[in-house]
Amino acid sequence: MMDVIRKNLARNETLVLLVILGFCVLAAVSDRGFLSVPTMTDLLRGSIVLTIFAVAAMLVLVSGGIDVSFTAIAAFTMYATAMLLNTYAPGVPWYLAILLGMLIGATLGCINGILIAGFGLPTLIVTLGTLSIFRGFMLTFIGQKQITTLPPGMREFGRMMMIRGENADGSFYALPWAFAATVLVVVLTWFILQKTMMGRSIFAIGGSVESARRIGINVRGTQFFIYVYVGALAGLAGIIHSSMARVANPFDLVGLELYVIAAVVLGGARLAGGYGTLSGTMLGVALIVLVRNSLVVIGVPATWQSVAVGILILIGTGLPAWQAKRTAAKAA
Amino acid sequence: MSQMPVAPDLVSFSGVTKTYSGITALDGVSFVIKRGEAVCLAGENGSGKSTLIKILAGVERPDRGKIMFSGVEQVALNPRLSAASGIKVIFQDFSLFPNLSVAENIAFSAEISTGATWFNRARIQTLAAATMKRVGVELNLNAPVETLSVAHKQLVAICRALATDAQLIIMDEPTTALTEKEVRALLTIIRRLKADGVAVLFVSHKLAEVLEVCESVVVLRNGKKVADGPASEFDAAKLTRHMTGRDVASAAPTPIDQSAPELMRVEDLGKAGAFESVSFALHQGEVLGISGLLGSGRTALAKALFGLVAPDSGSITLDNQKIVLGDPLKAAAAGIGYVPEDRLTEGLFLLQPIARNVAIGRLEAHTAGGGMLNLQSLWGETADWLKRLKVKAANIEAPVRSLSGGNQQRVVLARWLARGPKVLVLNGPSVGVDVGSKAEIHEIIAGLSAQGLGVIVISDDLPELLSTCHRILVMKEGKIIDDVAGNAITEVDLAHRLAS
Repeated sequence: MMDVIRKNLARNETLVLLVILGFCVLAAVSDRGFLSVPTMTDLLRGSIVLTIFAVAAMLVLVSGGIDVSFTAIAAFTMYATAMLLNTYAPGVPWYLAILLGMLIGATLGCINGILIAGFGLPTLIVTLGTLSIFRGFMLTFIGQKQITTLPPGMREFGRMMMIRGENADGSFYALPWAFAATVLVVVLTWFILQKTMMGRSIFAIGGSVESARRIGINVRGTQFFIYVYVGALAGLAGIIHSSMARVANPFDLVGLELYVIAAVVLGGARLAGGYGTLSGTMLGVALIVLVRNSLVVIGVPATWQSVAVGILILIGTGLPAWQAKRTAAKAA
Repeated sequence: MSQMPVAPDLVSFSGVTKTYSGITALDGVSFVIKRGEAVCLAGENGSGKSTLIKILAGVERPDRGKIMFSGVEQVALNPRLSAASGIKVIFQDFSLFPNLSVAENIAFSAEISTGATWFNRARIQTLAAATMKRVGVELNLNAPVETLSVAHKQLVAICRALATDAQLIIMDEPTTALTEKEVRALLTIIRRLKADGVAVLFVSHKLAEVLEVCESVVVLRNGKKVADGPASEFDAAKLTRHMTGRDVASAAPTPIDQSAPELMRVEDLGKAGAFESVSFALHQGEVLGISGLLGSGRTALAKALFGLVAPDSGSITLDNQKIVLGDPLKAAAAGIGYVPEDRLTEGLFLLQPIARNVAIGRLEAHTAGGGMLNLQSLWGETADWLKRLKVKAANIEAPVRSLSGGNQQRVVLARWLARGPKVLVLNGPSVGVDVGSKAEIHEIIAGLSAQGLGVIVISDDLPELLSTCHRILVMKEGKIIDDVAGNAITEVDLAHRLAS
């Protein structure tokens, strides 16, 4: 029994869950209004885009790579889609707008895929490069001005609400249907990872690329799939972000990638590859969103946000690593 | 009398030659492997063993010669074709996925070869369980492979090879990382496979222990086949002679002077969970062996002697001076040297030049003041030690990684000897080195002992202990259970004491 407890304590997921619960208790004590439907919907809304990003980043980490370009893909996609639709096809419905965004994202992901799977270049170098290129290309050739009037399809999607309500004080709360898209992404990714040979191959190449090659796994094909899929997810996240914000700001999103990777690592994915779970990833995102949205509630100044996130990363990933080291030292 | 129809040999090589940019790796090698037969392919590093494996696996094409699988000539062999013909290679590193479960590791390649799109966990579990049953092993199907011991990882690799239709399993250096007991278990499994009609090719430079399950032996040296025949005609000495082309002495060491003064005394050393009440004395010029199975506490004890593991109790005295326990720097300053078992990760800076790997141990003796080094004297001394230990290196500026196992071991030795230690602790001194280098390392040990150094050899290689040690301590479950003179015991007797 003690063993089971100790084993679970050493896992990132458990730690993160405990920190989240602790945080909620603190927040609930300092602010009676914290434990309420409006806070809940606020937090869920705040995690829609971050979760899609995190699922994408987790997939790449599991395969033994790292991707920092997904935010640039998302920004490029939302801006280009809004521009294209406004100029050529303003009447396009929301689902086709999303489809177009995912196609643009997948195309950009394809570039990462060709460089990484085709030429065998290191993933961090490639995605650092494409991050800069995608962003620079958008700002130079597409535009730098905010698009405040989105195409009607995207505007409509941003206004579609699953839950809507009024607080006692007359203010409103709502949860957009975009949340359902995030749920779909999580379910689809779970299905790919657990139920397809492609998914298991992603874990296998993350465990050992050389072994994967030796037993006949199509390493290049798997890597190519990952970066195209991640591109499509990033495109989706971009469209959702601008639809919800009701504006396509080309300077948005880029810079978020480190928070996202932090969330994924907090959730137990290893930078060395081979390990990562969706449940851990979602917990990691939940913690980061809580810290970003509600640190103020427990009396920590907003300027301390990034310090708090940094401390969480050090404790959340350092503690299990330190425990693993101690166990290894004992075994020697 | 009717003639029985003769089934064609499973694999036949005739006159196979392979050259790499002018260097002949294999030179007209011919041999056959029959169905359900175990063949022992012996040879030192660089004898052409790996080239032969690569040709069999279809990774390399021979320049000349004929390869036949079951009587069908293979003119354009490739990895896929070779695997489809049932030739399965188990590489020395096993090529497993540490993050995946035992079941997935076993069944993954079988699933891939079916071209499945969906991952069927139930089918994978069934196949893995069936394969393990066939091999006769029991492992937790859901355990991640990274939590398994080396021996169990090897079993997983064997099961994986058998999960797809296997006719011949090639095992590259199968026994180097196993203890005697684990080798026994492996041999039992090999017998089962043979009875099942699967042929096995052992490829190694440490083969004496697998001879008993083999039908025939092929010895390679410098790319040529120098000997072959039924396994019953070979023994360890004969194998070594063919592999090295010379006789390697394995006589007991010259006895030490009975009046040699005591050098080091270990009293009542203990570490919870590792070893307890360990006491012994080491005399000048004495070579003391410490043996025991994996988990007997020998490695922890070796590390404790050099301060890498902090003991809970007891004392170590060197030249009548008590040594501070649990501090490798103080142990080194007092005159103890330690050569770790795993040179690659613990003992060497693999990417750094050979010379620097030796020099690092002596930086403080060559300071020129103000934090600067007197490079001239440092490199002079370094080169001198490399020469004395006969390190074969074209260029001492080349990375250590480029050296053979035996030469790497010499570089580690050179580093310590340059410090002029009084006691040298050698943990597994010849793990992963070939037979020729092993004999030379044993000569070096004998030389050190003749100079009055105390040497402690920790090993489970029994012939090595018998040919180098004056006295052997046997450890079991953390305690020293036996203290025997090296010239008063046979290998069989020693093996029995270890395992009993």
